[in-house]
Amino acid sequence: MTSPADVANPLLFFFMVITLFPLGLGPDPARLATLAPGVLWVVALLASLMVSAKLFASDFEDGSLEQLALAPYPLAVTALAEVSAHWLATGFLLALVSPIFGVMLGLPEEGLLTLLVSLLLGTVCLTLIGALGSALTVNIRRGGLLLSLLIIPLNVPVLIFGTTAVREAVLGGNPESWLALLGGLALGSVVVVPLAIGAALRVSLDS
Amino acid sequence: MWTFIHKLGSPPWFFGFSGTLVRWLLPITVTLLLVGAIWGLLVAPPDFRQGNSYRIIYIHVPAAVVALAGYYVMAFAGAVSLIWRIKMADVTMRAAAPVGAVLTAIALVTGAIWGKPTWGTWWVWDARITSMLILLFLYLGVVALFEAYENKTAAARACAVLSLVGMVNIPIIYKSVDWWYSLHQPASIKFTGESAIDSSMLYPLLLMIVAFYCLFTVTLLLNMRAELVWTHRESGWLKQLVGGS
Repeated sequence: MTSPADVANPLLFFFMVITLFPLGLGPDPARLATLAPGVLWVVALLASLMVSAKLFASDFEDGSLEQLALAPYPLAVTALAEVSAHWLATGFLLALVSPIFGVMLGLPEEGLLTLLVSLLLGTVCLTLIGALGSALTVNIRRGGLLLSLLIIPLNVPVLIFGTTAVREAVLGGNPESWLALLGGLALGSVVVVPLAIGAALRVSLDS
Repeated sequence: MWTFIHKLGSPPWFFGFSGTLVRWLLPITVTLLLVGAIWGLLVAPPDFRQGNSYRIIYIHVPAAVVALAGYYVMAFAGAVSLIWRIKMADVTMRAAAPVGAVLTAIALVTGAIWGKPTWGTWWVWDARITSMLILLFLYLGVVALFEAYENKTAAARACAVLSLVGMVNIPIIYKSVDWWYSLHQPASIKFTGESAIDSSMLYPLLLMIVAFYCLFTVTLLLNMRAELVWTHRESGWLKQLVGGS
């Protein structure tokens, strides 16, 4: 995260891919509204995939990652700090602006708040898993496609809980239980995934 | 017991031991597969609703069961390799991934072939089918990550981290996909209580599951031996072994 473009690009990507869906599926508002929860969530997942590819790349190239690894703190803690900063600039912002895109896709008003909350919680998981993928592939040339193979399967539960929560809210059901599951997943990931990221970074630095 | 485990970590000793094991296990596997296949395909009675098409479960179910177990073998080997840095654990993990991927693919393909006459469609986005597909992706991820690294020690450690994270995630994936949608029938074999499948069909199925476990073990061992021969092609013990025979 060095320039404003790094912050703006994922949001632009999100916006542009959202635009593609009415063009591809036709502008019928009723149909768009039924598809909106899934579309918004899938595009958010793709946006996080796109940005996580570069998460540790610049630190790795200029050697600051090695300095962080030598620092007297566990690498997992440093990684968590870095991922948190990354999340604030990407996932957090994306979640904040998501209701606007929800409105554009005709998502009923009852679903907007749930969309915001589910993305706030879900992007925590998406960013952490993406960071793990980035840490595993940072030392590999042409790691981009590999990264998506590694992290898409791990993101399946997040996607399911997130979209189901929004759909439940739209149908007037009870999204809280799904949001609670997402929250549990996010908290669990914050505890466990940084350890794996730390181990993966050490592997990448050693190889 | 402990000396046995220590010995397993030594490539020359493992090479000799696995050679003996394969020599015994291979004929047993072939026999079990043949008996199970003949029993299941020819002797077991046809299903009163599905007719003969149900017989594909004698391939489908064992492949699916062992594909799942294979992931745990791989992840366990990964944990051993991360904690104790045992080279043989790396080799085990590396050898288990492609075998598991192929078994998962077999389960998916046979499931599709069975689904066409039974459900009227090749593919449905059903919970268990989807989670098997995700399992296939997880396997392929480990295989691809291993191939991407040039340094094989680092590759093994990276794959160990990935497979351990995958192992933590698998129950969550299964549960989430389960809540998402389900058309697949629930498990018919239960260890406690009455099985929903008649014993005349159950016994050949259990036999085939055992046969597939043996097949997995034999393939894993052969894979590991091939890997050992390749990585130790310059070592003295291997040259001695080849020269001596």
